[in-house]
Parts: sequence; structure tokens; C-alpha cells
Amino acid sequence: MTMTILKPGLLTTIQDIGRKGSQQYGVIVSGAMDATSYRLGEILLQQHPSAAIEFTLVGPTVRFNCDTVFCLTGADFHPLLNGEACAMWKPVFAEAGSILKLQSCVSGARGYLHIKGGIQVEKTLGSYSTYIRAGIGGYKGRPLQKGDVLPILVSAPPQNNNWAIHPKDWISTSQDAIIRVLKGTEYERFTDESKAALENTTFTVTKDADRMGYRLEGEQPLTLEEKFELLSEAVTFGTMQVPSGGHPIILMADRQTTGGYPKIAQVISVDLPKLAQLQPFAKVRFELITLEEAQELIIKQEKEFGLLKKIVDGVV
Amino acid sequence: MSIHFKPLGDSAILVTFGEGISEEIHLSIKKFLKILEDHGFTGYIEAVPSYTNICIYYDVYQVNQWKFEGSSPYEKVVNYIKILLQKEEIEVNETNRIIEIPVCYGGIYGPDLTEVATYNNLSEQEVIDIHTKNECLIYMLGFAPGFAFMGGMDEKIATPRKETPRLKIPAGSVGIAGKQTGIYPFETPGGWQIIGRTPLKLFLPDQNPPTLFRAGDRIRFVAISEEEYKNLAGETK
Repeated sequence: MTMTILKPGLLTTIQDIGRKGSQQYGVIVSGAMDATSYRLGEILLQQHPSAAIEFTLVGPTVRFNCDTVFCLTGADFHPLLNGEACAMWKPVFAEAGSILKLQSCVSGARGYLHIKGGIQVEKTLGSYSTYIRAGIGGYKGRPLQKGDVLPILVSAPPQNNNWAIHPKDWISTSQDAIIRVLKGTEYERFTDESKAALENTTFTVTKDADRMGYRLEGEQPLTLEEKFELLSEAVTFGTMQVPSGGHPIILMADRQTTGGYPKIAQVISVDLPKLAQLQPFAKVRFELITLEEAQELIIKQEKEFGLLKKIVDGVV
Repeated sequence: MSIHFKPLGDSAILVTFGEGISEEIHLSIKKFLKILEDHGFTGYIEAVPSYTNICIYYDVYQVNQWKFEGSSPYEKVVNYIKILLQKEEIEVNETNRIIEIPVCYGGIYGPDLTEVATYNNLSEQEVIDIHTKNECLIYMLGFAPGFAFMGGMDEKIATPRKETPRLKIPAGSVGIAGKQTGIYPFETPGGWQIIGRTPLKLFLPDQNPPTLFRAGDRIRFVAISEEEYKNLAGETK
């Protein structure tokens, strides 16, 4: 059984939690930009981790060619199911022939369409995520296009469907964000003015903001005390590196595995989804916290995911 | 040798074995990577070696559940790695692989061979002879799947990058950028001086590992004719 892409939307790709274990060969991780929304969708459909669809700023229109259950998470793309407003953040049943139309989002940048049982594509190097440049993963290694027919499973309506989670408890799509960071590996080599500017000034997301990285523009360039040569080494999701122009780039899901620019800061894991929901021209301020605090926040969030899982298993 | 630890964000640690590019540091990294793979821990995700360090990615929630000394998941990982570092040095048995890379130099395959020769006051043949003479050691992979950062190219053929990068460089192109030589795994834009092309495929997504090279391999470039290139390219397609 299948679903058909009637309109692709913008940069609509199949993603999961990412391709782990092959970074030492130069293979990038990819995966959902807003990992929290992705995980919530999978928990709400009681599955993990499956192939889901990520879309950006403008959502796709799809037709389900069989009875199915889906769940929408992430930013609000004002979804319409057969022309009527459709709920997000809960399993929704669609009869064969139903058309789901996602529009554009006002606040936030990325949305997720999860299908019960997952979209039935093959894993490459352990993941469903699309890696466009290498042409692997997802559907034919590329963004989805008009007319693509994706295999899915037939599903019956959920029995108890009188509930949904409250997205504000889990994600923020504010375009005026405070993002918590740790000191980067070369933090101490930046000037005192630059360190102060990191914490006390506002940065703007430029139009060069994609799945690879967000180029920011600050009120002043960030500069090193003195130039030095840095050998290429591992970089990760959220690494804030500063090329010689002084305007930082934050590396996102499709980042390269290694890099050679000095790193002033590192966005903490639990705030990456907030960053992923920023559009070009969004304002960002950074707040330094400690590694211990950042790790505590991960543990707290994992416990909340675990609890939600138990609750969903109980009601469904 | 003094070994340093520092966090890379909240879910990874960099273990640094020294400074600068050296075969000695590379060997320490290679040995530690082997120990790590043999003694992987609950919550271990993956490790990425580079010139001077290894980055170890871990699952904070899983490490937090260890009954192990340490005030935070990071501290627990540091303490575990310290124990691994004290382990009896195991023999890295696998003999270093030497891989021959057939390259068709010059012409349409290596449009910048002339520029590299002129820049270094050499003939084109001399550039080819020098490029095929030394074995190069692969220190790390990065930038793109299967792209090798290697050392060992003779500085006599070092050439700065092109002032205007090309929009399209075909897969397999062999280039020089400063003192480095490298091979492009895919068609990409790039500023390297392209001196030749290999018909070999560097990225093999259906295999495990998915790349022709691994860190620690040594490679040797071998000059081939255009006819040989075409034959080999036919075979690998």
C-alpha cells in the first residue's frame, strides 16, 4: 500500500534519528533537525525509530492510497485533512483516498509527518535518513518530488483517540530565542570582547541557514587573540565555529564529520530543536551554562520521554 | 606522552594524544581505537579519529546509569578511558594495508598538471614521478565520505589552491592544495589543483566499512595511460 506526494513542499526529505557509527569514514550523521519533535511523533505512534518525513517552511500535500494512521509534530503548518483542520500531536486516522495538505508555517521552520509503521524504505548504513550529496538513504537518496509513491502499511483507526499532548511542554518555535551553550574547545583563545559579545549581544540568523549549518551575523565580528593553525578534528551538531570573517556558523544535522575552524561555543543537546525551528532573520541570544547542567538536562528530558511513553502505552 | 581530555559539547569527549601531525601520534590513536573497539561500553556510540585526537560519542542517559566512579556522565567516561589507557599495550596485528591508486595524469583528467609543473619549475613528467614516488599515510577521513587526509607528499610539488574554485570537479579527481594531496570521492565544487583522476570508487555505501580507505592505510599513486583508465573505469562502473 502507498501514499503519493502531490506537492513536495520545500526540502522535504525522509529522516530518522540519524546515521550513527560511520562518521570515522567521513559519512555524515544527518537525521531530523528537530530531534525532539521527531521522537515525540514516534512515541505517539508507539514506534521507534522509523522513516518519517521532514519538511521546511512550506509543507507537502500527500494522498494516502490506503487506510492509515499518521501523526504530525514540529512547527504548525496549518494541516488540512480533506479540507478540514487536522489535529497535530496525536495519532490521526485517514481513510484510503484522503488528502493531507500542509501549508506554510508562520512560527518555526520544520515539521514532521510520521506514518504508523513507518515509511517502508530500506536502511542504508543503518539509517533511513536522506543524505542528498552522497545520494543515499531516504527515497532514492533525494528530496521528495511530485508524483513519488512511497510504500506504507495499512492501519486501522486507533481505539482511544480522545487525547493529545501539549506541544508547548516540549518544543518552542519562538523566533526570538535564548539558546544555552557550553564553552567551545577554543573558547579561551578568543578576545575578551568576543567572549562578552557571545553572551551579551544579539545574533541574527542569515538566509544561509540550511540542514548543514546556520550562518549567523553578530553585532560585531568574533576574533581570536592571535591567529593559530588548527588541524581538522571532529565537530558535532551544535558546534559554533568561527571562520576568519568573525561571523559564527552553527553546524546542524547535515554537518561534515570534521572541521578546522576555531570553536567558540557548543549548543547544548536539549536546545538544538529550538535552533532547528529558527527561520532566516530570527534573533538569537546565547547563555553559557556548565557541562554538568547540560548533561542533567539530557537526563531529565530522557526521563520525560520515558514517562510519556508509559502514559501513551496506557491510554492507547 | 601526556594525554588530555576535553568535552566536545555535552555528548562527546576528545582524547588528545599530542600536538601536530606525526606518525607517532597517529600510531597511539590507532592503538587506542583498537582497545576502545574491544572494550566498548554501555552507551558507546562511535569514535572519530583525527590527526591528534579521538572523539568519542556517548549516550549521556545510559552512561549516567553506570555504577561507576564519577560525578557526571562526562567524569564517568573520563575515568573509564583512564582505565583503558592503562591496559597492557595490545599488538595491533593487522599489517598496514598498502593500496595502489591508479591515476591517469594530465590532459582532461588533470587540467592543472601544467600549472603545478610551471609553479614548481618542473616538467609535467617530473611532477608525475614525484607524486608517484612516496607512500602517503592516511591520518583520517573527513570532509566527505571516503575523503582521506594524508601526509607524505613531497613538498617539491606543493602548489597553492586555485584562486577561483571550479564549480564541478569530477569524482576520482586527484588534487594538490598546498602541501596536501587528496582525492575527491564525489563530484563537488573545489579549489584544488587537479593533476589526474583515478577510476576507483572511494565511497561504497553498500559495503561495511563503506569506504575504500581507512585511517592508517598507506597509499601509493601509480601512473596509468588513458586506455588503462578507460578499461578500469568500465570495470568499476
